[in-house]
Amino acid sequence: MPYNKPLPQPTPETQPFWDSMKRHQMQLPRCQDCREFHFYPRAFCPKCYSANLAWEDVSGRGRLETYVINHRAAPRFEEDAPYVIAVVTLEEGPRMMSNLVEAEPDPARLPPDLPLEVVYDDVTDEVTLPKFRPVRA
Amino acid sequence: MANQARDAAIVGIHEYPLRVAPGRSAMQIKAESISKALEDSGLKYSDVDAIYDTNEGEGGGGLGMSHYLGLKPTVIDTTAVGGSSYEFQTAHALRDIRAGKANVAILSYGSVAASNRTPIGTGGGTGAGAPNWQGNMEDSFGQTLIANYAMVAHRHMHQYGTTSADLAEISVSTRLHATRNPDAVRAMQDLQFMGTGEISVQDVLDSRVIADPLHLLECCMVSDGGGALVIASAAAARGAKKKPVWILGTGEATKYRENGGDITVSAGAQSAPIAFGEAGVKPEELDLAMIYDSFTITVATILEDLGFCKKGEYKDFAKGNRFRFDSALKPALNTDGGGLSSNHPGMRGLFLLLESVRQLRGESSSQIANAQLAIAHGNGGFLGGNHTGGSVILARD
Ligand SMILES: [Zn+2]
Repeated sequence: MPYNKPLPQPTPETQPFWDSMKRHQMQLPRCQDCREFHFYPRAFCPKCYSANLAWEDVSGRGRLETYVINHRAAPRFEEDAPYVIAVVTLEEGPRMMSNLVEAEPDPARLPPDLPLEVVYDDVTDEVTLPKFRPVRA
Repeated sequence: MANQARDAAIVGIHEYPLRVAPGRSAMQIKAESISKALEDSGLKYSDVDAIYDTNEGEGGGGLGMSHYLGLKPTVIDTTAVGGSSYEFQTAHALRDIRAGKANVAILSYGSVAASNRTPIGTGGGTGAGAPNWQGNMEDSFGQTLIANYAMVAHRHMHQYGTTSADLAEISVSTRLHATRNPDAVRAMQDLQFMGTGEISVQDVLDSRVIADPLHLLECCMVSDGGGALVIASAAAARGAKKKPVWILGTGEATKYRENGGDITVSAGAQSAPIAFGEAGVKPEELDLAMIYDSFTITVATILEDLGFCKKGEYKDFAKGNRFRFDSALKPALNTDGGGLSSNHPGMRGLFLLLESVRQLRGESSSQIANAQLAIAHGNGGFLGGNHTGGSVILARD
């Protein structure tokens, strides 16, 4: 069955991010003046307003900032319910919305600040989504 | 400087009584509400020189409403920041009246979300249409509005030890107030609530989980409805039928996800101190807090951010049935029955102001004895992401 969930539509600012996802090496925009990473990608650094940005590889590691176990699914996600939506704080600073995979939807097993790592989910030939899983000891 | 200046007042209100209004349009609800609010004030359409409108659904913003009402106002404001739009518009009306640009202002709201089966809390992104710079990056993960708010709840629980039972206190007192409000009782009946009587903390915990940790009885209803209010200058208020309810202070703020931010802190932490400073009053002096109860966690977070207790201390603050209208402890909370149990057609901000006015006039169905001061605080957007906070402090004449 073809993938029928909402897909991102890359914009001039976000195309390099989606390209990096497709290569399975996440990149984020980094300010070359104040050295801060930011997400979502913008026309300039939201910390110092410099437009001197470059795309740099990031580790793909982070921690679970917070999450929800969604029982009442969004349209087209019904088969996945209950599924976990998370906000991940990446090692490099920015926060990213994602889904947790390879994790039981059980609050007892999902303490906030749990260490996570990115999983590249090739949902279509064109689009790879960042998902996250708990780091195995 | 805090001077408790009394330059503008709410002088007319109307809350559309039905929450299920099949065969009605949002514009009919708005127009009827404006006429009745003007009637309540004793002022006339010809007195109105300022229109504030959120451009929700069918309104058409300040331009569309001017046309619909056959008015030619000289202040036109289409501030649209979600459910807190009406607190923002009230702030702007105060500012415009103080500047001498406006004399009599109207704000209105109408929605047929229930009759249209609009999935306000449970709809998702579509990924279709023009690529919004942010929604475009989030729609793929199946987020809903409820899910976003639930993410605040999980973090709040983790950082401060808040429990679902603590949050349920809000549902319990709000439902008590709803049982005393005939319009709210009819709302719950018309929307086919499982029960329309009082509920316990255990009832809340036993209701089904919608977005863990939020249960059904922690989530607002989706209704039809609407209302309107009239704001007048001190001079115009002298000609009103009822005693004015003065706008003492207002504050506006935005909040969004950013590096290092705290998801448990809302925009209210920025807007409220501005409003309290302008009003020259302190949180502990307030008799009533009307806080946008989209979900229990919204109220818990905002009670802290408005300064009723310290961040993280909601769980202790909430104990002992303190939110009831007849509690010895201030403030009472959402005495009309709230969005949880009385009225939530999508943007509740207007109703926060309407019930505040009823209390300060002595007209509430759960009247607080000798109510003098109230705050209406609206939250618009996604509490765990981009949102707005609008605070309005009101005083009895
Ligand atoms: Zn910078």
